Amino acid sequence: MGLFSKIKEGLKKTRDKMSSSVETMLHSFTSIDESLFEELEELLVMGDVGVSTAEHICDALRKKVKEKGVTDPEAIYGMLRETVAEMLRGGEELNISTKPSVILVIGVNGVGKTTTIGKIASRLKGEGKKVVLGAADTFRAAAVEQLEVWAQRSGAELVKQPEGSDPASVVYDAVAAAKARGADVVICDTAGRLHNKKNLMDELSKIGRVIDRELPDADKEVLLVLDATTGQNAVNQAREFQNAAGITGIVLTKLDGTARGGVVLAIRENLGIPVKFIGVGEKVDDLQPFNADEFAEALFARENQE
Amino acid sequence: MAFEGLADKLSAAFKRLKSKGKLNEADVKEAMREVRLALLEADVNYKVAKDFTNTVSARAVGTEVMESLTPAQMVIKIVNEELTALMGGSDAKLASPPSPPTIIMLCGLQGAGKTTHAGKLGLMLKNKGHRPLLVACDIYRPAAIKQLQVVGENAGVPVFEMGQEDPVKICKAAVRHARDYGNDMVLIDTAGRLQIDEVLMNELKNIKNEIGPHEILLVVDSMTGQEAVNVAKTFDELLNITGVILTKLDGDTRGGAALSVRAVTGKPIKFAGTGEKLQDLEIFHPDRMASRILGMGDVLTLIEEA
Ligand SMILES: Nc1nc2c(ncn2[C@@H]2O[C@H](COP(=O)(O)OP(=O)(O)OP(=O)(O)O)[C@@H](O)[C@H]2O)c(=O)[nH]1
Ligand SMILES: Nc1nc2c(ncn2[C@@H]2O[C@H](COP(=O)(O)OP(=O)(O)OP(=O)(O)O)[C@@H](O)[C@H]2O)c(=O)[nH]1
Ligand SMILES: [Mg+2]
Ligand SMILES: [Mg+2]
Repeated sequence: MGLFSKIKEGLKKTRDKMSSSVETMLHSFTSIDESLFEELEELLVMGDVGVSTAEHICDALRKKVKEKGVTDPEAIYGMLRETVAEMLRGGEELNISTKPSVILVIGVNGVGKTTTIGKIASRLKGEGKKVVLGAADTFRAAAVEQLEVWAQRSGAELVKQPEGSDPASVVYDAVAAAKARGADVVICDTAGRLHNKKNLMDELSKIGRVIDRELPDADKEVLLVLDATTGQNAVNQAREFQNAAGITGIVLTKLDGTARGGVVLAIRENLGIPVKFIGVGEKVDDLQPFNADEFAEALFARENQE
Repeated sequence: MAFEGLADKLSAAFKRLKSKGKLNEADVKEAMREVRLALLEADVNYKVAKDFTNTVSARAVGTEVMESLTPAQMVIKIVNEELTALMGGSDAKLASPPSPPTIIMLCGLQGAGKTTHAGKLGLMLKNKGHRPLLVACDIYRPAAIKQLQVVGENAGVPVFEMGQEDPVKICKAAVRHARDYGNDMVLIDTAGRLQIDEVLMNELKNIKNEIGPHEILLVVDSMTGQEAVNVAKTFDELLNITGVILTKLDGDTRGGAALSVRAVTGKPIKFAGTGEKLQDLEIFHPDRMASRILGMGDVLTLIEEA
């Protein structure tokens, strides 16, 4: 058997196993032993939690099991969910009470920034707020036109400049427009950028400085958008964007697929950044406030396809 | 860099092994644990990583350590060779049917880089003397058609569009158009979709059945985590893809998704996307990818020099 067919064969088995939830896995154990924790760790890694965070979670569980003298494997399920939810709880609310406040949306290419802005704008409009969108992605083909569609859908005002303009200058204009028109919130779109490109990260820092200068006392959210299908690289993304722009929260998108987005656990563990929203589709109302308990449940309970 | 990590850990694992005789089972087992962890940190699918290290173990046990190498280097050499072999040859040739046009369909998850890579391929083919035609089949994403038009204009390649018409109809008309106007290459940009979205997956299948593309390329973001296996497997099962384009390799991801995709589909990775500009398209290099996944550039040169 060639290596290929071997791996394929192996995957077939995994899929069967993967399609079973943690609950089913626990069901197959009669006592709590090391192999149970090994399987648990495996399931966590499969949800993109990452090896070291998965180990930490299992360590915490081992400790709890010992402390509480738990012997029933199925009791682990609740403890696991609680452990994970505990890690992620806190800091979910948007802090945008000043008038105006600013939301700067950043992230690598194609994660869902522009779409998320459309969704947030629509949400805020629904709360009766006046929203201005700043089209500071002046780089990608038709990025402004895309945001324009979202502005129409959500009923927000759009501030734009021609393609190729300085993004910081668009942000300046958007803030000025918000002040002049008495808007409640300014949301700025930015071009997707990979976090290892220094000049592009410097550009973000510059945008941040413009906002600070123009609205020194305003509430400011800097949301990092992460694609839930992303693996461990998301930790690097969060670290570098944090350094360049000071992230206040994460929006985890594309959770309507089978990806689990477990990497946010590693990010919370290493950098302490909270998740604020999740994206669950491409429509305007496919945005939900983050709920740690529900997320923890979905991370383990959701059936995989097949 | 992560490389030091793996090399150091392997060296430590082999510290006890003083002689340079044959690699014994216990030592290899210890080393494979480290290799497996490195693969997982690189986002290689859990099961793929396990099967891979099993295969490597089988080959490594009993292997004579070369005079010039340490046991750790020897293991890295074997791992790298196997990984490169698994990653496949570097044949990026596109199908060339007896009668033009060659029809190439790009598909994949949302935001993977399909539209951008339609433009990149268009430019590359144009520069080779072809007369490509880009086809706008994403009728859902806001401003998707406009984006392809801008990309096409920048590449100097014509774009065929029919607004929000049914994608199957658009494709049929586009192929007719290509025949009439002497376009020998037709590049179809489709909307991003989740592999579990039955309606949209069927749309691709219908396009395939109606116009019989010669190439169906799955566009995969190199930052994808464990989910890469589900994505690649479903797209391949449904459409029998002919190859893969791995995008956003200009980032700092280790790119383990490449191995997962390759392992589950057996289809070649034909091109690598290395930037947002239209020139940023390269032929895929399996050996470079292998070193990248292992997080080691220098040790390979080290081994070669030894
Ligand atoms: N399934 C799903 N798709 C989403 C979600 N959010 C965004 N998308 C899709 O992901 C793709 C990329 O979204 P954009 O909003 O353009 O992403 P972006 O980060 O602004 O991209 P760039 O500006 O090019 O970096 C689009 O096809 C969106 O429809 C989500 O929550 N679920
Ligand atoms: N850094 C980098 N960015 C890329 C690469 N390929 C595409 N992008 C960027 O990724 C984002 C998404 O690319 P698109 O071509 O719009 O992706 P898509 O698959 O067509 O997206 P949907 O149509 O929404 O599904 C854009 O910001 C592109 O500029 C690449 O190789 N490197
Ligand atoms: Mg955008
Ligand atoms: Mg597209």
